[in-house]
Amino acid sequence: MFALGLVGLLVRRNLLFILMSLEILLNAAGLAFVAAGARWGQADGQVMFLFILAVAAAEVAVGLALLLRLVHHHATLDADAASEMRG
Amino acid sequence: MYSYVWLLPGFPLLGSLLLILFGPRLHRRVVATIGVGSIAAATVVAGLVTWTFLTHPPAGGGVTVRLWTWMDVEGLRPGIAFYLDALSVLMTLVITFVSTLIHFYSVEYMAGDEGYSRFFAYMNLFVGSMLTLVLADNLLLLYLGWEGVGLCSYLLIGFWYSDPANGRAAQKAFIVTRVGDTAMALGLFLLFHRLGTLDIQALLQAAQQQWPAGSVYATAVGLLLLGGACGKSAQVPLQTWLPDAMAGPTPTSALIHAATMVTAGVYLIARTHTLYELAPAAQHAVAVVGLVTLLMAGCSALTQNDIKRVLAYSTISQIGYMMFALGVGAWAAALFHFMTHAFFKALLFLAAGIVITAMHHEQNIFHMGGLRRELPLAYWAFLIGGSALAGLPLVTAGFYSKGLILWQALASPRGGTGLWAGAVLGVLLTSLYTFRLIFLVFHGELRHRPTHRPGWVMGLPVAVLMVLSVVGGFVNLPPYLGNRPWLEEFLETVLPAPVEGHAPFSELGAEVVVSLAFLAGLGLAWWLFVRRRELATALATSGLGRWLHRWWYTDWGMDWLYDRLFVRPVTAFATGNRSDAVDLIYNGMAAVARAGWEGLSVTENGRLRWYAAAVLAGTILFVAIVALL
Repeated sequence: MFALGLVGLLVRRNLLFILMSLEILLNAAGLAFVAAGARWGQADGQVMFLFILAVAAAEVAVGLALLLRLVHHHATLDADAASEMRG
Repeated sequence: MYSYVWLLPGFPLLGSLLLILFGPRLHRRVVATIGVGSIAAATVVAGLVTWTFLTHPPAGGGVTVRLWTWMDVEGLRPGIAFYLDALSVLMTLVITFVSTLIHFYSVEYMAGDEGYSRFFAYMNLFVGSMLTLVLADNLLLLYLGWEGVGLCSYLLIGFWYSDPANGRAAQKAFIVTRVGDTAMALGLFLLFHRLGTLDIQALLQAAQQQWPAGSVYATAVGLLLLGGACGKSAQVPLQTWLPDAMAGPTPTSALIHAATMVTAGVYLIARTHTLYELAPAAQHAVAVVGLVTLLMAGCSALTQNDIKRVLAYSTISQIGYMMFALGVGAWAAALFHFMTHAFFKALLFLAAGIVITAMHHEQNIFHMGGLRRELPLAYWAFLIGGSALAGLPLVTAGFYSKGLILWQALASPRGGTGLWAGAVLGVLLTSLYTFRLIFLVFHGELRHRPTHRPGWVMGLPVAVLMVLSVVGGFVNLPPYLGNRPWLEEFLETVLPAPVEGHAPFSELGAEVVVSLAFLAGLGLAWWLFVRRRELATALATSGLGRWLHRWWYTDWGMDWLYDRLFVRPVTAFATGNRSDAVDLIYNGMAAVARAGWEGLSVTENGRLRWYAAAVLAGTILFVAIVALL
């Protein structure tokens, strides 16, 4: 699932899909934590997942806001269109 | 009176300062008044000081006038202090007096020159530095004067700076004397390191107590100071700058040759004579350097065709006599020759100045001739000065001083017949080249009619020096002529008396030999350059003669040698190193950083996914490294 998210992140040009891939990545990490917690009978894994959930919610809020600004500015969702910050 | 000694260097330095600050805005008359007046005032002070010194000789032969402490660092406490004894009194008197005459002469000689005030500013500074050098109580102050003299010689030789050749001559003089100065500085370091003081009197006493005769340190210091003296006094192997120094105005040459600068080396060695007494090897080196110089310069003088260059080589040769005298222990005789030389060499240069202005700055003696009736003053000046230079028996100053040197060289155990014979050969050469010059310039048929006759301002100093070149020798008469060695007695409060050894014949006999050498030179000059002119030409243009002529004309090829040995390698190295080898390291570092920046800035393309991939790749690489190690 992590690899799936990663590949999605790399190959998609649509920013919306990149954000969604990011969510998948986070969920993959969360799932790994929960699974590890269940395997060793520790509550830490579930606690960590709650943190990840909070971070993911905050990240999506910021990401979507940026996405809206981008659409406003460039009238496109293509991530490569926003590449004017070149070194 | 002694407390006013500081006025001696003070007046010229003040004059120089005034002229530097306000000179260009002042009227020429005012400039001349300041320029000559400051030196004349110093001469008056010198006269008063000498009078006091003679009437109330200070206890112990010397008196120190300490003005203030210059600096006080870790046991080094040099003062701005002046030391007066017979040696410095004599030097001061001669320097100020001859300088006054030369300055007075310059008022007319330089009258048409643009840099009138600049000239007098430099000349005053020159005399001020020289007086500092001579009066200095410690070697550091002496070194200050020593370098001041070097600076002024540079400024004055390159006085007409618009001609690059003059600038080159000035640089040459500066750089060549700098070689000697470095040796001298090393000598001072060594002295301070071993003896812990630079005060001359304390230092000489300490040396006498701490160092045994023939000590390595005394020899090393003696040789290093000799190196300094060779640079300043234009002795072999550092004599090459003096002939080129003729690029300066003629009064400058007179000042450099007669009163200041070139006699500094002689003074230095006489001042530190105790060290040389402790180091017979170094003293012998002084004698050998002197002898070699006087012979080499004598031969070179024979072949020159520039009137001033002949005189320049004659100076080198006469300073050689002084060094020779110092080397054989004839200390007072060296100073005696310094005094008479100051008179007749100043006379010759000032007379040469008259000839040169009269001939429209023509300096080639082969383009002159027959000036005897046209310029009688210059003719008589040359006749008297030249006779004194060559040592015309009985009536000229040079005869007495040179005779004293030669006799003491013969009698002293440090001299000997070999050295003496070489110096007598030098007398013959001196007489030959001097009268060659006089015959070529003033005899024969008239070639160019002179256009300009000197006024009384130029004439008066020449006349005074003519008198002095004759009577200057009477202050020290040898035993066979009344036995009045006043100057020797005066100087013996400072300098040791010459060691009398066994001489193969009497003093009178030695003088007869010297006189014969003089007459032989005169006769040869007359025969070659008046009677059989074509013979001299044939001698100089055929076979061996031509080869020798060229060799001597180029100062024994020394310039050529130094050019090949030092100048060319250094310039070649400098040209090769134009893009600085050391800089390559730093430029290389900058280039690597720049290449890295260019390479990395390609990856900074603003593409989000590219960055994500880079993060991924980096992570994989990192994990792989951790996993594998």
